Amino acid sequence: MSVVGHAPPPFFKRGPAPLVRLAFFVSLSLTLLIADLRFHTLEWARLAVATIAWPLQRATWVPIDAAGDFGTYLTRQSSLLKENENLRRGKLGTANLLLRQQHLEQENKRLRALLDMRARQPVEGRIAEILYAARDPFSRRVIIDKGIQHGIRAGQAVVDDVGVIGQVARVFPLIAEVLLLTDKDQAIPVEVQRNGLRAVLAGAGAGMMELRFLAANAEVQVGDVLVTSGLDGVYLPGLPVARVVKVDRDSAYSFARITCAPLAGVERHGLALVLGERTALPPRPDDVLSTVEQPSRGKRVKKKARP
Amino acid sequence: MQPTHSSRRILLPVRNWFIALTLFLALLLNLIPFGRLPGIPDWVALVLAFWCVHQPLKVGMAAGFALGLAMDVVDASVMGQHALAYVLLAFAAAGLSRRVLWFPLAQQALHVLPLFLGMQLVMLAARMLGGAEFPGVLWFLSSFTAALLWHPVTYLLLIPQFRPEDKDVHRPI
Repeated sequence: MSVVGHAPPPFFKRGPAPLVRLAFFVSLSLTLLIADLRFHTLEWARLAVATIAWPLQRATWVPIDAAGDFGTYLTRQSSLLKENENLRRGKLGTANLLLRQQHLEQENKRLRALLDMRARQPVEGRIAEILYAARDPFSRRVIIDKGIQHGIRAGQAVVDDVGVIGQVARVFPLIAEVLLLTDKDQAIPVEVQRNGLRAVLAGAGAGMMELRFLAANAEVQVGDVLVTSGLDGVYLPGLPVARVVKVDRDSAYSFARITCAPLAGVERHGLALVLGERTALPPRPDDVLSTVEQPSRGKRVKKKARP
Repeated sequence: MQPTHSSRRILLPVRNWFIALTLFLALLLNLIPFGRLPGIPDWVALVLAFWCVHQPLKVGMAAGFALGLAMDVVDASVMGQHALAYVLLAFAAAGLSRRVLWFPLAQQALHVLPLFLGMQLVMLAARMLGGAEFPGVLWFLSSFTAALLWHPVTYLLLIPQFRPEDKDVHRPI
């Protein structure tokens, strides 16, 4: 029996009841989830934790690196020779184009000057190695070995030797996360190379992409190559992106279902080139609604492209 | 303290630094970049569930929350996803600890398997509501691997607490 106002002293101090603690932590986690998913406001916390965790992360790659090195060590000489031969042959094959490119660029510049057009932005890039695929099974991201220290900024385009891979989504001091084109959250404005038809290409999961919002009678064929249209201010125009593999014109839907496969080795790993940031596009003309928000640089283009 | 409540062995008291060390090592194991290889267990969840079952007064939801945040950052996933899942896992494991320790190890594994699956379902729900893609059924394989590892992990984590067995016929337990 306790005297009024005086609880008996507890035998064991265990803090709040488990259900109270559960409610507290669950609500805290839910707040974090919503803050990150909806408002993207937690990047500073992520940056801080990632910077602290970086040495640990680097240490855990040692076994993987060692396994890889061991595999390379055992590579047979003949396969190396064959690869060397192929590379030399490929180099010779493109030499023709490379030799003439300088000439063509000069000529292009002169012609553009004649036509009084803006000079095209020169492409600059930084070679980065794709370290590994992020462990998160819900999104398609890879980690590259260049970060803020190397001048990488969020929003830069990443290409490989064939075409576009994706876009830098997050930067940390020494590494950066690249959101691949096949991610469901990633969209890229493209045009059909054959006829210049503009559209938006979005990731569809499972390594494929789909061309969205094209009318059922749009002129797209299987085998068409899609290149970036450059309208978004992120990707330079003319970079190869994908090839149309299936066109499904069902009259029940108003849009055609067009499935595309990426041209670049999006899900393969190796070296990649992080393209420099594009200079800002000219301001939009005034007659367009002024309330249209300008996507700031570094913001990823999410399922909307400016027409 | 015994390995299971029906065991005749009496364990030494657990050391706090050992719990912290094992959780830290589990975090390191989780950092190894296996990419999208299916069937790699979530080591942090496994070790966290183990300590929540065996030491519910020492390891609980706070540890789960902190580890979850660390995993969210290094995993490039959404902040709060692992934290939420680990907090629920810790709560469920601590609630189960009175019951589960009466069973032999194989049946303990069967008890914790639904916990791991539930944890993955929570993560799946959190991300699918956010509009992410379905990772495929094979992703759930990691729960089964973790449950399979329950038996070896129990011995591994209890090693420092075992003492040499001395047979004494006069001692009651």
